[in-house]
Amino acid sequence: MSDDENTAAEGADTDDTTAPAEDEAPTRELRYDAIVADSLGDIVLHAGRETYADTMAAAKDDGFDQLIDLTAVDFLAFAAPRGLPSGVEAARFELVTQLINHTSGERLRVRVQVPADDPTIASLFDLWPGCEALEREVFDMFGIEFADHPDMSRILMPEDWVGHPLRKDYDVGAIPVQFKAASNIR
Amino acid sequence: MTAERVLRRGDDSAVLRLSEAEAAEIGNDPDTMADDERVLLNMGPSHPSTHGVLRLMLEMEGETVLRSKPVVGYLHTGMEKQAEQLSYLQGCTNVTRMDYAAPLFSELAFSLTTEKLLGIEVPERAVWIRMLMCELNRMSSHLLFMATNGMDLGAVGMMIYGWREREEVLRFFEMVTGLRMNHNYIRPGGVAADLPDGWEEQIERILDITAPRLDEYDILMTGQPIWRDRLQGVGVLNTDEALALSATGPLLRSTGYAWDLRRDQPYLAYDEVDFDVLVGSYGDCYDRFAIRLNEIRESMKIVRQILEKMPSGDYRIQDKKVTPPPRVRIDQSMEALIHHFKIFTEGFKVPVGEAYCAVESPRGELGVYIVSDGTSTPYRMHVRGPSFINLQTMPHLMKDGLIADGVAIISSVDPIMGEVDR
Repeated sequence: MSDDENTAAEGADTDDTTAPAEDEAPTRELRYDAIVADSLGDIVLHAGRETYADTMAAAKDDGFDQLIDLTAVDFLAFAAPRGLPSGVEAARFELVTQLINHTSGERLRVRVQVPADDPTIASLFDLWPGCEALEREVFDMFGIEFADHPDMSRILMPEDWVGHPLRKDYDVGAIPVQFKAASNIR
Repeated sequence: MTAERVLRRGDDSAVLRLSEAEAAEIGNDPDTMADDERVLLNMGPSHPSTHGVLRLMLEMEGETVLRSKPVVGYLHTGMEKQAEQLSYLQGCTNVTRMDYAAPLFSELAFSLTTEKLLGIEVPERAVWIRMLMCELNRMSSHLLFMATNGMDLGAVGMMIYGWREREEVLRFFEMVTGLRMNHNYIRPGGVAADLPDGWEEQIERILDITAPRLDEYDILMTGQPIWRDRLQGVGVLNTDEALALSATGPLLRSTGYAWDLRRDQPYLAYDEVDFDVLVGSYGDCYDRFAIRLNEIRESMKIVRQILEKMPSGDYRIQDKKVTPPPRVRIDQSMEALIHHFKIFTEGFKVPVGEAYCAVESPRGELGVYIVSDGTSTPYRMHVRGPSFINLQTMPHLMKDGLIADGVAIISSVDPIMGEVDR
């Protein structure tokens, strides 16, 4: 594959860089009150942070009966263009939720921008209790808090750990092993 | 059927939502428990039946489990963070160490996602080799389950038999990939090497050995009254609860819900082979045992078809961007040496984008989500580990059961801690 092809493929994905802005607004498609986009053939919804829970509830009513995955991405060090559709304001964190409709076999990826200065978002526990461990993992690794989650605590790291390892400003490298019983933890 | 049971938040929930500090406080002053009869019991992290380092915090009343909490993270080594430092070619060496009982599935999911981002399609033969190896891996993983499930429940003979049959498959893996586990065999662009000479005979041998031995398992376990009494009606889950808890794989199928990605969202060439999706009817430990046992037979059926249909051709894509040159060319050409060196040091660049691909691992839906920023290392790699998510069903399965049944339940959920903790 040549570099030219790469950039052509990129351009197709990132509508905001190639298509003129006035073309964007009328064709913008909404589903469950979220902006519809395409990512390499997968349906992606860009939901607002405030309407996230409503979007998910609407998707559940529409037949998306299982939450498959929930994770986050920290875009702090992302050098490439984000490729978000117009109307979506880029933020540092992005919550990525995958749903599946077992009847139609359709998959849905919901992406939500979560700002760094207020990393909170609604929990999906009342819709799919299976999100409990996944939301705890995102909290543990990224420090995004889920409002109304039944047990917002760390899951993989020790309870008294400081920092959120998957954040991009959390360096890899030598960190002394901590033992809970040690008297001089940091 | 309803999922009401799993939606509870408060004290009537099956999940014990208690922090370490709170648990320690109860340990210091047991009178703080709601009831005098209740005790807080730790099972694991180092316990022979917890499949590695799973720890369960159990609220007990006599021998009855009330609420429980799986405590995980003892094996957490930050593999998702590590993946951000490794190139796409090195990535497989990382993910293969997650589910160490079924390493080829993680490699496959990672490779499929990378290939989706690259927009490349691997040759026919590579697809079928991948399928062959994955089905053999499903056999070895389920045979391991047979062994550990037997051992956990006191059928010690079964432990030896399961390991024995698994060893036959692992020996084949060693012949093909060079290693018994952590193969790094399935890579973006194809597989690492073609199948060695005489592989058909080896497969025939494995199939011929395994088939009668599975019938022996039936005599030893399936039809045995003690075995049935031990498992039937233990750890019951219904379909709505399984869906609500995001459970996949044999755990979901045991509730009578026929969902298998190989059939319902075919990847590789699964739409060209014939096999059955097995479902249970009660959602108990016995159904999960029976599903896994018969899935070995289904995998053998698929392997036989692959034997007949294996196409000839290249085992990796001849795209110079992702494929290193053949070893002999390195001795002849300076350019080939540079090419080889570049691919193994710098790696290949992957276009900006994000993608998710899922495969049906022996434990459920194993998915890999990659965000690429156009460099040769993933900007973010996330693995949807089925073990991690299936583990959430455990408190609900154990609620109001005996602690001895808890062992059967841990075993039948079949978590691999390497994948839980990542």
